[in-house]
Amino acid sequence: MSKQTPLHRAHVDAGARMVDFAGWEMPVNYGSQIEEHHAVRRRAGMFDVSHMLALDLDGADARKFLRAVLANDVAKLTVAGKALYSCMLTPSGGVIDDLIVYHFADDRYRLVVNAGTADKDLGWLRERIDRDAAAVDLTPRRDLAMIAVQGPEARRLCWQALPGSEEASGTLPPFHAADCDGVLIARTGYTGEDGFELSVPADRAEDLWRSLLDAGVAPCGLGARDTLRLEAGMNLYGQDMDEDTSPLDAGLAWTIDFKDENRHFIGREPLEQAGARRRMLGLVLEDKGVLRTHMKVATEHGDGITTSGSFSPTLQKAIAFARLPLAVAPDERVTVDIRGRMAEARTVKLPFVRNGQCLI
Amino acid sequence: MSKVPADLKYTKSHEWIRSDADGILTVGITDHAQAALGDIVFLELPEAGRQVAAGDAVAVIESVKAASDIYAPVDGEIVDSNADAVDAPEQVNADAYGNWLFKLRPAEGAELDALLDAAGYEAEIAES
Repeated sequence: MSKQTPLHRAHVDAGARMVDFAGWEMPVNYGSQIEEHHAVRRRAGMFDVSHMLALDLDGADARKFLRAVLANDVAKLTVAGKALYSCMLTPSGGVIDDLIVYHFADDRYRLVVNAGTADKDLGWLRERIDRDAAAVDLTPRRDLAMIAVQGPEARRLCWQALPGSEEASGTLPPFHAADCDGVLIARTGYTGEDGFELSVPADRAEDLWRSLLDAGVAPCGLGARDTLRLEAGMNLYGQDMDEDTSPLDAGLAWTIDFKDENRHFIGREPLEQAGARRRMLGLVLEDKGVLRTHMKVATEHGDGITTSGSFSPTLQKAIAFARLPLAVAPDERVTVDIRGRMAEARTVKLPFVRNGQCLI
Repeated sequence: MSKVPADLKYTKSHEWIRSDADGILTVGITDHAQAALGDIVFLELPEAGRQVAAGDAVAVIESVKAASDIYAPVDGEIVDSNADAVDAPEQVNADAYGNWLFKLRPAEGAELDALLDAAGYEAEIAES
């Protein structure tokens, strides 16, 4: 039996096609996922992301604990509401999960973690807190719903739909969050567009969703969410990286902070020893067809593999992420095995699309 | 509820089949199939002249979501494929029964009776 988010009824009312995703009954689309994709690139769309888990960490050791358990360094977060993207690593340097951490105070943080890894993450964090006897309280916030509103018009339409929110978030820079009468407004997202992610008490979620609908925000499902994040060059946990993947091989080196040599975060040593062994690049298919995950890529420097792939509604071409030999550079010709057919593709730097603009 | 026209035949693998007066079979995918696939972005259709057996994967349909094979409903020879659908695959989403994929001349003794009628196909998709 799949779990349902507080917005389940709103999805069914909107005619959503529901699927199981990580144990949650979620909308995959409300009609055409390509139209939903375009709505986000051109105007504004919204996603129910309540299946993701918000986890509050409170206590005197919260900062110290997160500096050890996260590969990015929360010491960078000095302003209340500032957010940071980070991986959480295994002792051998694999990726347990990727997440966003919000800093409210040095003894008060929030993590937002993936749905499919939420239980594992919770278990791991509890184990580490116990082992270190850290003064940290861990509170899963299943009392919150989360709505991501994304697109060039997203902020304006949020301000229209949520009274008082413009005052609270009008000058909020990217990757910062602010409270508005119990709703946390974060200028973050997973689409490559401007917008907000709203954390709202579950009993207010449906009203907020309907106000956003009335303001003209298009409901969008997991299908569009996947093609948007792919165009934006953003990794998907379980597909582009996992516990058997080094973040350095998955295009996530920019999220690993080695600067403070006295910060012995979990997984640091094996990463420093091994270094990067693979390189993640984008692929654009020049032939007909669609790229998918786990397709073999032949290059001049050896073989690689696609980790995510789909059809890009913005580029009108198939695109993919590929894990390739380190020597492969952008703008090289490669060959992809599409179910036995050898197809021509070109390597590109990520992302493919940012703020509505094609970058390749 | 998906449309299932009464005058067509069907397969369990979600192809529809229309028998024309000259004995040629016209094949497409059902409305149920297009809805399940989502936005279709690419079609790879068989060349005329290809000999196929019932159940052979003869065409590929790619939606944003996934790639799916299309199967020959009976033994026979491919005689035509729909170039218009290849150029505008989204038309299959818009009208699955108005946009055929390929035509096939059934072989002698091809098992046309094994195909489902509309009621049989409706029962099939009601179960899934």
